Amino acid sequence: MSRIAARFKALAAQGRGALIPYLEAYDPDWDTSLELLRKMPAAGADLIEIGMPFSDPSADGPVIQAAARRGLKAGATLAGVLDMVTDFRQQDNETPIILMGYLNPVESYGYERFCRDAASAGVDGLILVDLPPEEADVLAPFAKANKLDIIRLVAPTTSDERLPYVLSHASGFVYYVSITGITGTRSATTHDLEAAIPRLRKVTKLPIAIGFGVRTPQQAANASSIADGAVVASALLSTLAETLDDKGRATAETLPRVLAQIEDLAKAVRSADGKAV
Amino acid sequence: MADPKEHGTSAVHSNSLRHQPDERGHFGGRHGGRFVAETLMPLILELDEAYKVAKADPAFRKELDYYLKDYVGRPSPLWFAQRMTEELGGAKIFLKREELNHTGSHKLNNVMGQILLARRMGRTRIVAETGAGQHGVATATVCALFGLKCVIYMGATDVERQKPNVFRMRLLGAEVVPVTSGAGTLKDAMNEAMRDWVANIADTYMLIGTVAGPHPYPAMVRDFQSVIGTETKAQMKAAEGRLPDVVVAAIGGGSNAMGIFYPFLDDKSVRLIGVEAAGHGLDSGKTAASIERGRPGVLHGNRTYLLQNADGQIEEAHSISAGLDYPGVGPEHSWLHDIGRAEYVGITDNEALDAFQFCTRMEGIIPALESAHAVAYAAKIAPTLSKDTLLVVNLSGRGDKDIFTVAEHLGVKL
Ligand SMILES: Cc1ncc(COP(=O)(O)O)c(C=O)c1O
Repeated sequence: MSRIAARFKALAAQGRGALIPYLEAYDPDWDTSLELLRKMPAAGADLIEIGMPFSDPSADGPVIQAAARRGLKAGATLAGVLDMVTDFRQQDNETPIILMGYLNPVESYGYERFCRDAASAGVDGLILVDLPPEEADVLAPFAKANKLDIIRLVAPTTSDERLPYVLSHASGFVYYVSITGITGTRSATTHDLEAAIPRLRKVTKLPIAIGFGVRTPQQAANASSIADGAVVASALLSTLAETLDDKGRATAETLPRVLAQIEDLAKAVRSADGKAV
Repeated sequence: MADPKEHGTSAVHSNSLRHQPDERGHFGGRHGGRFVAETLMPLILELDEAYKVAKADPAFRKELDYYLKDYVGRPSPLWFAQRMTEELGGAKIFLKREELNHTGSHKLNNVMGQILLARRMGRTRIVAETGAGQHGVATATVCALFGLKCVIYMGATDVERQKPNVFRMRLLGAEVVPVTSGAGTLKDAMNEAMRDWVANIADTYMLIGTVAGPHPYPAMVRDFQSVIGTETKAQMKAAEGRLPDVVVAAIGGGSNAMGIFYPFLDDKSVRLIGVEAAGHGLDSGKTAASIERGRPGVLHGNRTYLLQNADGQIEEAHSISAGLDYPGVGPEHSWLHDIGRAEYVGITDNEALDAFQFCTRMEGIIPALESAHAVAYAAKIAPTLSKDTLLVVNLSGRGDKDIFTVAEHLGVKL
């Protein structure tokens, strides 16, 4: 069983959903982001999403844009992101790692080579924002051959007619983009989510994680109990940005504050009720 | 990129070069496509459907023709540039006068088509990206004409160097939003316009100004712009009794070039030349020559030649001309380059500035800096061509918007 499937299965047995925090690789530098990555599981991360910085993140709001800019300024490359994962895997062989980013750096690296290198680094899944199922044939065979899950995004705009098509290409889990908009701008209501998730359940048996607009412990608890997991990105990156000095460098506060926020989120997710065992 | 053959070059159904793209929006099976987030995907599919229906509807064509004639002012003349021809002493040079269109450039041809489509689709709010501001002005103009809300994203650098157009857009009732991310040019404006669209899908139509973006934009914008080439063909037949030998056009995203090239794609005797902005020089590292100095990659919804570094990060383009200052190019041009049907060359900032003045003095026509790139290349090759060679330059826009930039380069204070 893949790390992703094993983790969701174990959490389901505990009767709770997953907390999936996001970090931008190299933000604000390679060492700090690796240290953050290493400490995330102990702080309560069940799965981890690592953002691969891109020059033109057209689906992201100002917070992730700024994080990507800091990462690129610190010299981010895909090879360097994979090195982070290799390093992380020396201490943790269970927490699933999902890389999230845009297609061009991956196309530039080479699809086959990227899938091979990502798998051997210990990556479990890929989310490529601008690769809809219509175009996925460039990547899918290599992902499959290397047992990497391609995590599909489903949006409120994805119609009932389109859902089976999108989900027939999914593996690992399904990422429900809970708002129509860019990251870090607004949040879905509980009402919206309670209507949306059953619509997906009818079409897929895969676990569902909710992302875009999950910021507070309360929202994370809610999302992870309505679905099977909650992705928190912009809220953590804003905190990280606040701790940087005026030259944009990490300070003594950077890791403790981001990790404390993850602990608060984890506490809320773990005490959320409403999930059947 | 994997071997292009894998992506089914077999999608070409006949020998005509005018049957691209395929159903997936791929040109030659490789360039183009629909690389957008899932949130936008259903909208792109809806647009594709709506455009297909409109294209097949004679009433749509009739409505568009009406506006093209009485509002845009088409057809635009094909002007025999006699003094320029004599001065250069070679090919017979003709200027396709797109600068005479309402709002001063070819941009309105496409905008007119898309705004009628947006109205059919029931959209009430229009967002667009703009570089030189010509597309922004054209969009703001039709929004005024039809009473629609209009938001224009424009890089902060471009807002600064194209002030007259910013003022025009505001006069027309548009909201102009300066974009400060990146270098504050067209690429950044495009990112921001896409972000706006994704957040406002219910009422918003994204009106892309060039032959780039996800399918169906590259094909649709080309179709709307191909009125330029269709007219040129008929006008040259009337004037000279035959096809032109050479057609030259400037390439930003490539819409004025695709518009004049497309009707000639199957006329193999016609040389098609796209002029990219070489900026400080093709090898200076400061260019906007995506085809000549880029490699294929994915940005803004399509695969095409892009200026990018070894890690696939997109690089900033550089050109004196805001309308050419873009690190990508429409995917159909990438394909025409790959198959060798069109040639792509570079003209530097300084060459364009010289041509700007040359065209103005010789013909009494102040060209846009974008169009001056095409004039510059035509002036370069004309003397090497025989006197019976018929050469058409697409004069895509007028240069009034550029007088401040040009004055500054000439050391004149306005
Ligand atoms: C007058 C003029 N010509 C050319 C261009 C370049 O665009 P395209 O290559 O799409 O024709 C612009 C863009 O702003 C323009 O204003």
